[in-house]
Amino acid sequence: MKPFTTLDATACPLGLTNVDTDQLIPARFMQTPRSKGYGQFLFHDLRRDGDGQLRDDFPLNDPRYATCGIVVARKNFGCGSSREAGVYVLVDQGITCVIAPSFGDIFAANSIKNGLLPAVLSEADIEMLLNEPSVVEGRGIRVDLERQQIVAGNRVFDFAIRADWKKQLLNGWDDVDMTRSYAAQIKAFNAADSQTRPWAQPAKQD
Amino acid sequence: MKSRAPRTIIDKIWDAHTIVQRDDGDCLLWVDRHFVHEGSHHGFAYTKARGAQVARPDLTFGMADHYVPTRTGAVQPDDTRRMIRQLQENAAQHGITCFGEGHARQGIAHVVAPELGITLPGLLIVCGDSHTSTHGALGAYAFGIGASEVAHVLMTQTIWQSRPKRMRLRIDGTLAPGLSAKDMALSIISRIGTGYAQGCAIEYAGSAVRGLSVEGRLTLCNMSIESGSRLGLIAPDETTFAWLRGRSYAPQGDAFDAAVADWRQLASDDEAVFDREIVLDAKDIAPTATWGTSPEHAAAITAHIPDPASEADPTKAEALRDALAYMDLKPGMALTDIPIDRVFIGSCTNSRIEDLRAAAAVLAGRHAIVPGLVSPGSGTVKRQAEEEGLDRIFTAAGLEWAGPGCSMCVGMNGDVVPAGERCASTTNRNFKGRQGKGSRTHLMSPAMVAAAAVTGHLTDPRLLTEGRQP
Repeated sequence: MKPFTTLDATACPLGLTNVDTDQLIPARFMQTPRSKGYGQFLFHDLRRDGDGQLRDDFPLNDPRYATCGIVVARKNFGCGSSREAGVYVLVDQGITCVIAPSFGDIFAANSIKNGLLPAVLSEADIEMLLNEPSVVEGRGIRVDLERQQIVAGNRVFDFAIRADWKKQLLNGWDDVDMTRSYAAQIKAFNAADSQTRPWAQPAKQD
Repeated sequence: MKSRAPRTIIDKIWDAHTIVQRDDGDCLLWVDRHFVHEGSHHGFAYTKARGAQVARPDLTFGMADHYVPTRTGAVQPDDTRRMIRQLQENAAQHGITCFGEGHARQGIAHVVAPELGITLPGLLIVCGDSHTSTHGALGAYAFGIGASEVAHVLMTQTIWQSRPKRMRLRIDGTLAPGLSAKDMALSIISRIGTGYAQGCAIEYAGSAVRGLSVEGRLTLCNMSIESGSRLGLIAPDETTFAWLRGRSYAPQGDAFDAAVADWRQLASDDEAVFDREIVLDAKDIAPTATWGTSPEHAAAITAHIPDPASEADPTKAEALRDALAYMDLKPGMALTDIPIDRVFIGSCTNSRIEDLRAAAAVLAGRHAIVPGLVSPGSGTVKRQAEEEGLDRIFTAAGLEWAGPGCSMCVGMNGDVVPAGERCASTTNRNFKGRQGKGSRTHLMSPAMVAAAAVTGHLTDPRLLTEGRQP
């Protein structure tokens, strides 16, 4: 996975609360193989009106944010279904950072696996950032993961991220390799566990 | 012997599964059961791309639920058929037991695994589905994961996790007659909100929770994710043990008794400390339904839709206005004045035998004035319901009796609510478009869905069940 260090990009002031993953990608598109690209499905039903036309009033349809690499939203972003496709739609559209006061737990974990930074700012800072001219006018902001800072115009915001996730993103680490380095410990665990929890094995196969 | 510090059930199961703890506090945990479904194809693709094998096929179970057709003669697109086939092929290739399409016990993972005893107390269970929290009802530590994590579990049978915050939610007292675990769950979420429990594992406790059947507990734990928590669980007790005894994948005979002795030790120690405690009184829980586009947009059936104008927080007011616009409802309207176009009884939340009995108790001898679909949670539930004659009550009322699957809860298999229609539904999410593009969902208990089918609007089911046995 590509390491995430700094990101200079325009930020879309989405401003929505409780964005669930059904909004990020409606379930009916999830049969598509990833190779076809998921960006086309991002916010599919929110972006379009009843006739399938792009709505002028949806921020991502605003030309100023057409090539945004960052989304700014309100609390509980990515709640709901565990679908990792909710991250694929963002990453495939070139969005590798979402800034919000809080995230759905599974969404945040999925983000890390795909190199997308879920940056946490206080609700007050989010309100400021949503109204910050460099964001609103689509002039671009900087996200610095090492320093945990967002630089927007003359303002600097300190964001929060779990220390282990930060390390993983900065290094572009893959979980499976890391886990395999613990093969001996896993084996030792199994040997002891089969003695202490004999009932944990399924009793029957059919 | 040195006595340990008092621990919660959450810590006890966590500790029993910890393989290593990293310096940053994250732990590598052993996974006892992993359920894969048709949507797990990304996970298998990752595994294949690395040329890796499934580490423990004996602990992995395939469950066809998200995309399987539930109606005879349903015509599905090629992409859907391919996904259903792919699950079978992946399972066969890796030696995984699969309850695929056409299997007599096929059904929703969160219904099938408990009823076969694949789910047991004290196990750590994962599945690429957020409603995996359901299995906590039997005292398992169970949570949903994403596709990359599915791949990781397939390849290593382990998962990295940070320790959750511990939250205890106690409901004291006795639930009033005619109310169910669904009313409990919706009532809790309407009070604490959908984000309140983020990062938490919830232990449900208190006499009202103890008083629930296993089916009710499965419903309560199922909805845990809708309050933002990672999982919800209930310490196993006599109700749990009696329900599990004799189920085919559970330990048998003396081995079961030995397991029960271990499982009794899982309960939180008296002095154990939780990071958060919430206490509710069961008498404050009424029949509850949602009116908006988030599970927290729920209220007692006797209540009225809130007015955004009287909401002080402008962000919340805007969210309310947006929800009401989508739902095409007016502030101040009585919940009982909300008309419905269609009903759905099913999903991992409410498709078990008790749910079907509760709905049938309302519908017996009556007619639904709107169309509707009833999808039992598994082949096993379906056969039992048919033996009890419940299917005939539903069809006599004018509802369609279908096969098992996720069906109209998420619409992936083609069972959708048409755009603009309003559905009274026993499911778990009323998100915009959840049941199909442009669909409007009202979440409620099976009894209330049945009552709505009879009257054509949201209705307190107790008005229709007086003197009837559920």
